[in-house]
Amino acid sequence: MDDAAANQQLVQFRNVSFSLPHASTPIISELNLDVARGETLVLLGESGCGKTTTLKLVNRLLVPSAGEVVVEGKSTTAWDAIALRRRIGYVIQEGGLFPHFTIAANVGLVPGLLGWDQMRIQDRVRELLDLVGLAPEQFAKRYPRELSGGQRQRAGVARALAADPPLLLLDEPFGALDPLTRASLQREFAELSRRLGKTAILVTHDVREALLLATRIGLMHRGRLLLLEPPDRFLASDNQQVRAYLETLAVTERGGTTR
Amino acid sequence: MNFWQFLQLNWPELLLLIRQHIVLVFIAIAIAVIIGVPVGILLTRHRALRGPVLGIANVMQTIPSLALFGFLIPIPFIGGIGARTALVALVLYSLLPIIRNTVTGILGVEPSVREAAVAMGMTDGQVLRQVELPLAMGVIVTGIRVATVIAVGVTTIAAAVGAGGLGVYIFRGLRQYDNNLLLAGALSAALLALLADFLLGLVERRRKLVPTAAAVIMLLICVLPLRGGSSNTDNTDNAGKVTIGSKDFTESALLAEIVAQMLEARGVLVERRFELGGNLPHEAMVSGTLDLYPEYTGTSFTAILHHKPIGDPRAVYAQVKQEYAHKFKVEVSAPLGFENTFAILVRGAEARKLNLKTISDAAPHTPKWRAGFGQDFMSRDDGYPGFSKAYGLRFADVREMDLSLTYIALSSNKVDLIAGNSTEGRIATLDLFQLADDRHYFPPYEAVYLVRQDTLARVPAIREVLDKLANSISTDDMRRLNYEIDGNRRDPKEVVREWIGGKR
Repeated sequence: MDDAAANQQLVQFRNVSFSLPHASTPIISELNLDVARGETLVLLGESGCGKTTTLKLVNRLLVPSAGEVVVEGKSTTAWDAIALRRRIGYVIQEGGLFPHFTIAANVGLVPGLLGWDQMRIQDRVRELLDLVGLAPEQFAKRYPRELSGGQRQRAGVARALAADPPLLLLDEPFGALDPLTRASLQREFAELSRRLGKTAILVTHDVREALLLATRIGLMHRGRLLLLEPPDRFLASDNQQVRAYLETLAVTERGGTTR
Repeated sequence: MNFWQFLQLNWPELLLLIRQHIVLVFIAIAIAVIIGVPVGILLTRHRALRGPVLGIANVMQTIPSLALFGFLIPIPFIGGIGARTALVALVLYSLLPIIRNTVTGILGVEPSVREAAVAMGMTDGQVLRQVELPLAMGVIVTGIRVATVIAVGVTTIAAAVGAGGLGVYIFRGLRQYDNNLLLAGALSAALLALLADFLLGLVERRRKLVPTAAAVIMLLICVLPLRGGSSNTDNTDNAGKVTIGSKDFTESALLAEIVAQMLEARGVLVERRFELGGNLPHEAMVSGTLDLYPEYTGTSFTAILHHKPIGDPRAVYAQVKQEYAHKFKVEVSAPLGFENTFAILVRGAEARKLNLKTISDAAPHTPKWRAGFGQDFMSRDDGYPGFSKAYGLRFADVREMDLSLTYIALSSNKVDLIAGNSTEGRIATLDLFQLADDRHYFPPYEAVYLVRQDTLARVPAIREVLDKLANSISTDDMRRLNYEIDGNRRDPKEVVREWIGGKR
């Protein structure tokens, strides 16, 4: 692969395996995966399939047992872990906000770590809260416990975007929300990521979410990547697992329930 | 005297003791926090250390406080008598709750929050300072709160090593069977504990107060000790100073006060370290923190030098004098003129009814009697084991209790025979009868002063005073003086001042 091509790929998994010490079965087996700049890759799979582990290998919360994860042309183990993480936005369920920080302090966290001056941080926080639909004058001074689940999730996204990182990792960001809030947040996020042109890796077990947000969908099962296709080809696939997922979608469509 | 009158009379002293108490607790807790929180943090980073360190801290807490003070006395630098030893013990006691709660608090932080912090690109130090410590603060403050309340209680024991504090009143109250003293000491300590609990509870609920509270504590630590925290020790020139100790009973404190006042009258600077428990005065004198204290030849002979009891007073005195000079570089003064031996006491009415004069007379009756003995008598070589064998005594029951309580127990029919002190003022007032030691079992307990040889050389006035006191206090004198304090509840300093005035 030449340099230009490598530059196109923001994240590359090369024969990555991961297992816990003393465990017999690996959590991730021989994963090969490229994430191009600007795309939203959705990793889909049931609980325990290894999709969250895959995510944590990118920002070096975990280190591969074999193979390597390359971010911006450099293996994660060659990166300074702190510098690497500050270039990657991370959103988890419920936002993972610090309960003892105000929303403004949570959102301004990474810029603060990067040593921005206070004025610039304040401006950025206001801009981001506007962007995710939280009126700054109303929410900046509140604590996470004073917000609804959806509002917390918005704040979490704002925090991940604060230092304008090239890459976003999202671990079931909308999983804990009620169906209506989830649907509207998903739409807003799709709009937002198109507008900002960020590269994102999103983990979910919700096919509808995958179809709505993904440029490509990676289906994971027992630590392996079964399939990696754009949504239209995913829908047309005759893979058994894919069909099973699409079945559930059909059921919810007919029955009108989401879970 | 009722409690209210007692308080009106003694409030300046009580306030001083409360201040000493607070200073001791404050400093101990501050040191324990400065050590305990970082150790707790370290334990969250090194799982392997957690078991051993918490185990050691746990063991520390199970050592009875008096025993811990005892262990510390002979240790150089941190030991000795006074506030320093007390602080070391208090810190050791306070460490466990603080370390444990620091560990629990930090490990109790929501894993997703910690993970988010790491994923944001925080360094370990930033995660600790900005996320883990603030979120664990409530639990850590709870640990400090528990440690403080425990420390307020343990500090009452610190009086036994001469550190001052409210324990002075509690110990004195127990000894003199004075409920006012006991109440003033115990009630104040309890109120202090409640106050500390309340204030730290406030801090616990309002985390924002933590920095303020920390600042206040640091400020107080800087300011308080300078204002005479540990009695009259600081800011004085040590060159001509004599540190006088006493054991923890009225007579010993009286004898020490007599020397102290006579030395002060000769312009010598005196530091009083009275009411030290157990063998502390001896150990403190040998280690150099005490210069002088009153002792009894029989006690030195048996309890310190570990000889078998013998009956000849001259022989005991001569041997004690010679061995002390040789072994401890300590001089033994001439006898003061009275003995304070164990007095085997029964109720006067009982003695008259059964026509008892000697211990041998009583032997046939003892299988029906209950005996009450102090801890000291139960444990020492010349005490209960040898005594009961020498007279072939058997009792229906033997109870170990506080010595000062045995007199009341005897007069109120709770026990039938006790081993008191022959100079005890209450022997006459409670109508108790001393059985004669017809087999001369008890060694002679002549009162003397012990003084370090180097102190004698340094302060010549001591010899002058000791010569003057030789053979000048009779057993009757001593009983009367003891009764003035224990019976009439008078101030020892005043009683001694009168006595010295009368002698002149």
